[in-house]
Amino acid sequence: MSDAPSTAAPSAPPAVVVDGLVIRYGDLTAVDGVTFSAEAGQVTAVLGPNGAGKTSTIEALEGYRRPAGGTVRVLGLDPIADHDELVPAIGVMLQSGGVYPGIRPLEALQLFAAYYDDPLEPAALLRRVGLADRQDTAWRRLSGGEQQRLSLALAVIGRPRVVFLDEPTAGLDVDGRRLVHELVRELATDGVAVLLATHDLAEAEALADHVVIVDHGRVVADGPLAEVLTGTAEEIRFSAATGLDAAALGHRLGAAVAEAAPGEYLVDHAPDPGTIAMLTAWLAEQGASLGDLRAGRQRLEDVFVRLTADAAPPAQSGHDGARRSRRASRARSRRT
Amino acid sequence: MSALVAQTVAELRLNLRNGEQLLLTLGIPVLLLTFFSQVEVLPLPDGVDEPIDFLAPGVLALAVLSTAFTGLAIATGFDRQYGVLKRLGATPLGRPRLLAAKTATVVAIELAQLAVLVPVALLLGWEPSISPLPVLGAVVLATVAFAGVAMLMAGTLPGLVVLAAANGIYVVLLLFGDLVIPLEELPGALRAIAELLPTAAFAEILRAGFGDGEASGRAWLVLGGWAVAAPAVAARTFRWE
Repeated sequence: MSDAPSTAAPSAPPAVVVDGLVIRYGDLTAVDGVTFSAEAGQVTAVLGPNGAGKTSTIEALEGYRRPAGGTVRVLGLDPIADHDELVPAIGVMLQSGGVYPGIRPLEALQLFAAYYDDPLEPAALLRRVGLADRQDTAWRRLSGGEQQRLSLALAVIGRPRVVFLDEPTAGLDVDGRRLVHELVRELATDGVAVLLATHDLAEAEALADHVVIVDHGRVVADGPLAEVLTGTAEEIRFSAATGLDAAALGHRLGAAVAEAAPGEYLVDHAPDPGTIAMLTAWLAEQGASLGDLRAGRQRLEDVFVRLTADAAPPAQSGHDGARRSRRASRARSRRT
Repeated sequence: MSALVAQTVAELRLNLRNGEQLLLTLGIPVLLLTFFSQVEVLPLPDGVDEPIDFLAPGVLALAVLSTAFTGLAIATGFDRQYGVLKRLGATPLGRPRLLAAKTATVVAIELAQLAVLVPVALLLGWEPSISPLPVLGAVVLATVAFAGVAMLMAGTLPGLVVLAAANGIYVVLLLFGDLVIPLEELPGALRAIAELLPTAAFAEILRAGFGDGEASGRAWLVLGGWAVAAPAVAARTFRWE
């Protein structure tokens, strides 16, 4: 679907780089030191429960949110400072809306085609997303699924090199979902970097080459999906006073230690009892008190529980409706 | 097709497809012009004998108001509410071309209104002696002033609030803007307020430009002030999402 080369050179820099990203809304910190990268020719899923900071992260890459800290780069460019240079090369699908309520699908595609130098052919793209028979229907009269498919078509019409999709299959039926999955796989095969925000574990499993799992504004796991699911990478996170000598601690533990955010430390070592004993002993020597201690794996499982709780039927029978039950099961899983 | 042309065509097409918009921009002005020139129930200012001589410039001013203020505010308010402006922000269209397309759309609709309303007024017996420069200057200033207030509302309020407020203000200005009811009929305090609004100033300059009386310096000052202040405030407060 794009003229971009089908294989990126091994030495090519990542299409998307997020480094220590922080986004705040007033007092609320929505994204708290997120770091990951996404490669051309791959589907990267940013996976997490609702409110984890996925949309804020994607919107920083699209240039809608100004980071309070850290940096983001898309194709080596700053999405805000280099906005004019970057926009011809990206495609965006918002979580909802983004299209004139009165416009018809073919008109919308023709309009967007006029923004780009070498667009896809609007009528062919309309057929490809299965909306050829809806070309005379105003956007506001399309079904939710049809709106999603048109939004996806508008995101790719300019032959982008990077595509951002925010919950692209929310509200789609089985056929619509399959169509979107096909299109997304095609984009990646054509060498496009696809960044997908989703709260749907099954969608990430079906589509992603690489998943970045976020929770409460932080990355809890990052890697190829299979690796994340089987959990080979393990780590210890703890909070303590800021400015501890991470190098000295690393020397003691025989593992890399980094202060990921002020007062938040990351130890690249499995959380076995011996290592944890050494860690607490070292902290005692420094006179530093331990805030909270987490093994990465446990938090990941906590996230998975909540992700799958979203997809599963209501855990409790009752008259409150699914939404309430889901919230309840999420709250339960948080306590465990 | 260039992005600017495509954007302007799309904006125009969406406008024309909207029935309420057509009613507002053409239906109501033609109705007011025809009805009140034939049914002489409205008071006339001193020195004006024929209702059409007072009504025609007033209704032309109303037409500019309906397009540059009411129509623009409602359309832009909903564009913003539906995330259209946000989405366009991530395309190569860019704000300057979006604003240029919206301006071109407003101008095109105003020309269409002129093309309908002037012949209708002439048929109804209007005999203007036109001073083109003041008329053109007043239409440009009024368009900028109204559009500035429209963007101020559309850029800060939810779509439905914009819809209600823009229609409400349209009706208020229709009554208190010296458009179909002479300003001198209003009670003193109300009249003093109305004289500070851009509609009365605009109508005064238009009437003078069409050979009815003289425009005061105050009218130019009021209209010019709105044309500078409204876009400036709108540019500072406009939120794209």
